[in-house]
Amino acid sequence: MINASTNTTQLTLLQRLQTIRLGRWFVILMPMLWLAAFFFIPFLVVFKISLSEAMIAVPPYSPLLEWDPNNAYATLKVTFGNYLFLFESRFYLDAYLSSLRIAAVSTFFTLIIGFPIAYLIARSGSMARTILLSLVILPFWTSFLLRVYAWMSLLKKNGLVNDTLMSLGLIDQPLQILQTDVAVYIGIVYTYLPFMILPLYTTLEKMDMSLIEAAKDLGAKPWRAFCSVTLPLAKPGIIAGCLLVFIPAVGEFVIPSLLGGSDTLMIGRVLWDEFFLNRDWPLASAVAIIMLIVLVGPIMFMRNGNKEAL
Amino acid sequence: MKNHSLALKLSAGFGFLFLYAPIVALIIYSFNESKLVTVWGGWSLKWYVELFQNEQIMNAAWVSLKIAFISATLASILGTLAGFVLSRMGKFRGKTMMAGWVTAPLVMPEVITGLSLLLLFVAMESMFGWPAGRGTTTIVIAHTTFCLAYVAVVVQSRLSSLDETLEEAAMDLGAKPVSLFFLITLPLISPAILSGWLLSFTLSLDDLVIASFVSGPGNSTLPMVIFSKVRLGVTPEINALATLMILVVSVAVIAAIFIMRRQNRFQNP
Repeated sequence: MINASTNTTQLTLLQRLQTIRLGRWFVILMPMLWLAAFFFIPFLVVFKISLSEAMIAVPPYSPLLEWDPNNAYATLKVTFGNYLFLFESRFYLDAYLSSLRIAAVSTFFTLIIGFPIAYLIARSGSMARTILLSLVILPFWTSFLLRVYAWMSLLKKNGLVNDTLMSLGLIDQPLQILQTDVAVYIGIVYTYLPFMILPLYTTLEKMDMSLIEAAKDLGAKPWRAFCSVTLPLAKPGIIAGCLLVFIPAVGEFVIPSLLGGSDTLMIGRVLWDEFFLNRDWPLASAVAIIMLIVLVGPIMFMRNGNKEAL
Repeated sequence: MKNHSLALKLSAGFGFLFLYAPIVALIIYSFNESKLVTVWGGWSLKWYVELFQNEQIMNAAWVSLKIAFISATLASILGTLAGFVLSRMGKFRGKTMMAGWVTAPLVMPEVITGLSLLLLFVAMESMFGWPAGRGTTTIVIAHTTFCLAYVAVVVQSRLSSLDETLEEAAMDLGAKPVSLFFLITLPLISPAILSGWLLSFTLSLDDLVIASFVSGPGNSTLPMVIFSKVRLGVTPEINALATLMILVVSVAVIAAIFIMRRQNRFQNP
């Protein structure tokens, strides 16, 4: 440390500025190059492979550039066949639509269940607030896979949910819940609930409660005050929470494959099967590219909005 | 007013019940003597004994712990740099792009991340011969990349809530950028880095989808083994494993929350 500082004092001002600038770029480039190499460039590779054909080889797709040794030139072989196949077949369109539907319905229920919790926490005293917040965060730290798995034994034909409903006399026969879309909704709402509550809590906590008092003093009924004061003020949190749930839920794989039935169509599962069962890498890539295009809007929207909410 | 808050408490209470009932049920079932998980056969520790004798699960747990440790450490270093660069380095070329690369992995569906990284590794192998095959190294790279984003967000939010006067004072007193970072900024953001490390560790330990894409044969991580077992139905040993994991995590999280609460009180009395 002492040696370094005596050395730098001997440098001219210009040299010192240059070392600072070099150091600055070194610090900036380290994380940036990592992200470029392992987050951004992979998408270009996926796009490239989505334009090739599947074949039985290692790796199992046709090369994009074919080198002809006799004539010494390369031919570019691009096919849009995978995309055409996706658009022509009813199956993939249905899978995209049903993923969007399942994600939207689940996001709605997550909001309905998450809002009262976030509101209650935001309004609690300091100690209660710490305890309740920890109770929300705790499940988020425990294994996602195991929390999905927990629902398998609850929703079974002779599981706890059916047993409880039967002993309450609400149903005579056990319901088939596991392996239906309902189980998938429950799974998504359950596992993504903390992602909804935390941004909601952050905005509700900052809210000025005297505004609601004012609305009530002016004669607004609680419901009216809620709709015209609380909801508009909580909007950034609602948007952030919904996007944090909706975007990853669209591509969810674990929940539909453990809780859903064989007819629960979700695009994450289709991609998985296309890749691991059919070994059609180019088609799986095309599925991923279309999913990315569908989600790019919400992701950009989230990036612009999160300055206020997150 | 009273009615309003009763309804609020009831619906929030229902929400908390929804969050905790499955976990409590899982813990109780793990002590069930009966092989049929949902039929109660009396209390027993039998499944815990079987769990520790299951070599496949124990090996996979060891692989997962190693990967989680290395990935969390790498992600903490790179993520801290990324968070620091984004909130303290002013404007530079490519900043908007980098900010996007830092937040997008948080919501990116895992199947897309997994597939894209696998295809990258395959392309790299055929071009440079590295990484040769897939296994621990490729899983570590993949986990570091998506955990980095979490660390960067945590560090960034800590830095933005931090008063810059301390750093400015050190600079006025002649601290060089490097010593300023290591002597002033780093100690101030160390709680954020620690929680980022812990978050990365648990995320890596829990990841099924990305690891399935980028792992090679014979390199199964714990979630991959769990998934292949529970896919066929409920397994008592997995209940025991889940209980142990939930217990460890709960103790750690509760301890961390109390430590942070005490520290906050100390910092802003």
